[in-house]
Amino acid sequence: MKILVALKQVPDTETKIKLGPDGKSLDLGDVKWITSPYDEYALEEALRLKESRDAEVTAVSVGNDKARAVLQGALALGVQNAVLVKSEQTGDPMAIARSLAGFAKGKGFDLIFLGNKGFGGDNASVGPMLAEFLGIAQANVVTRLDVADGTFRAEREGDAGTEILEGTLPAVITAQRGLNEPRYANLKGIMAAKKKTIEEVDSEPAEPLVGIVALDLPPARPEGRKLDGDAATQAAALLGLLRDEAKVL
Amino acid sequence: MILVYCELKDGGIRKPSLEALSEARRLADAAGLAVGALFVGASCAGAEGAAQYGADAILKVEAPSLAAYSSDGYAQAIADAVKAKGATMLLGAATSAGKDVLPRAAARLDAGYAADVTGLAMAEGKLTCLRPVYAGKAFATEVFQSPVQVASTRPNVFAASVNPKAGAVEALPAPAGGFLAVVREILAKGGGKQDLTEANVIVSGGRGMKDGANFQLLEELAEAIGGVVGASRAAVDAGWGIPHSIQVGQTGKVVSPTLYIACGISGAIQHVAGMSGSKVIVAINKDPEAPIFKLATYGIVGDLFEVVPELTRAAKAMGIGK
Repeated sequence: MKILVALKQVPDTETKIKLGPDGKSLDLGDVKWITSPYDEYALEEALRLKESRDAEVTAVSVGNDKARAVLQGALALGVQNAVLVKSEQTGDPMAIARSLAGFAKGKGFDLIFLGNKGFGGDNASVGPMLAEFLGIAQANVVTRLDVADGTFRAEREGDAGTEILEGTLPAVITAQRGLNEPRYANLKGIMAAKKKTIEEVDSEPAEPLVGIVALDLPPARPEGRKLDGDAATQAAALLGLLRDEAKVL
Repeated sequence: MILVYCELKDGGIRKPSLEALSEARRLADAAGLAVGALFVGASCAGAEGAAQYGADAILKVEAPSLAAYSSDGYAQAIADAVKAKGATMLLGAATSAGKDVLPRAAARLDAGYAADVTGLAMAEGKLTCLRPVYAGKAFATEVFQSPVQVASTRPNVFAASVNPKAGAVEALPAPAGGFLAVVREILAKGGGKQDLTEANVIVSGGRGMKDGANFQLLEELAEAIGGVVGASRAAVDAGWGIPHSIQVGQTGKVVSPTLYIACGISGAIQHVAGMSGSKVIVAINKDPEAPIFKLATYGIVGDLFEVVPELTRAAKAMGIGK
């Protein structure tokens, strides 16, 4: 079994957002970079299949040299191969999906794991786009996965409840929290990873189809009002305001 | 034509789909375009309701093979319909289903895709999308470089407005079948509860709830005022048995209700990212310095274990939610 897991480097979730001078990007000066948290569930699921089914796992990231850090982290956790697909087009999910599809095509991956969304862009789109480009099945926002010979069964968070879907391999699976409990790297793994090489390939042409022309901070909220009195007084005052002033009840 | 992918539930059109349809109508009126409401399934009974919300045409892709949802099958049906009608824009709601199928349909159409937009404008046939990024810590204005433009609209942001049009019904050919992945079963949530991302009113609890059992207080208030219960990451991670599916924040659901009541939630940056799009925010917290008060429309500095039951009692007495 061959598995691909796609990882994205993103600003830490506790990052305070500062805008860059061009008005359409972030000031990334003080940003701490991490592996997108949902990708950790994707990576863990791949590692579990490596152990239970003797799978060969390749970690891939689309980006520039900075993204080598997430691949190094994946090597420390035990993936056998790591590949950087070099591209500067990491803003549009369609361009990322094209780069990933270009890399994955014809390599015989049975499963491709991603996080269900990458922090920052919040598009939650690369997985379905990649599945379409490769012409294979998809299961998104997956909280449980069972793999058999040539087929899979996945549980995903749907609108009406948990959806149970069945499909054929190969498949793209996007991971949701709850799928597993990601492991941490140990010192031995970190040291071993330093001896491994990260392969570099150029991306196929992948033009963005959507572009950001402006980035703004959210509008400031008007100053609020604190309500006085004992609990009963506060409660009655609040409900009155919600009903009569804000008109939301 | 602007096509709007609409979802049906219990014989009616889902509200987030009506919101997308109404927004398409508004854009189409300004640009002199027609609106087509697109339905996919084994039976599209209830689709006729789209005429009330501005559909010039009601397009049905019906086949037994579409009885159960399939990402690849539905994406194919939607993309085929866009091509058949020569549509230049495809909208749909950013529900779980919409977020699953629309990016795949966009890829099939070689069309740019803007996810979860909160604002749309059109000039000379080109859409401009406003969408939250970094879970709402910033807003991006995005434009398309592709001839076909696809966007999903965030639930609860656009108004669903009645605007009756002809709604001429047309059947479109369905994909052949043999889909790659199919939904076999849906394990329904208890009590037909609304998803947080679509709820109008959310009562949310944080570390200040002290125990999972105390969330019963929030359930009672939510029930009294017609809301659903959410939680902060601190509450979910505390091991109180609060499921991640109700977590609000950057690592959970990003919500935009008309009313968000934060109980015992300090207002950590990653929580705020998930709920700052709420229209009205109420904060109930013992700590007057809690950052959540900076966001709150109405703040109550007090003990939630006294205030929340009083709210439930008063809501019932005032007949709110009836």
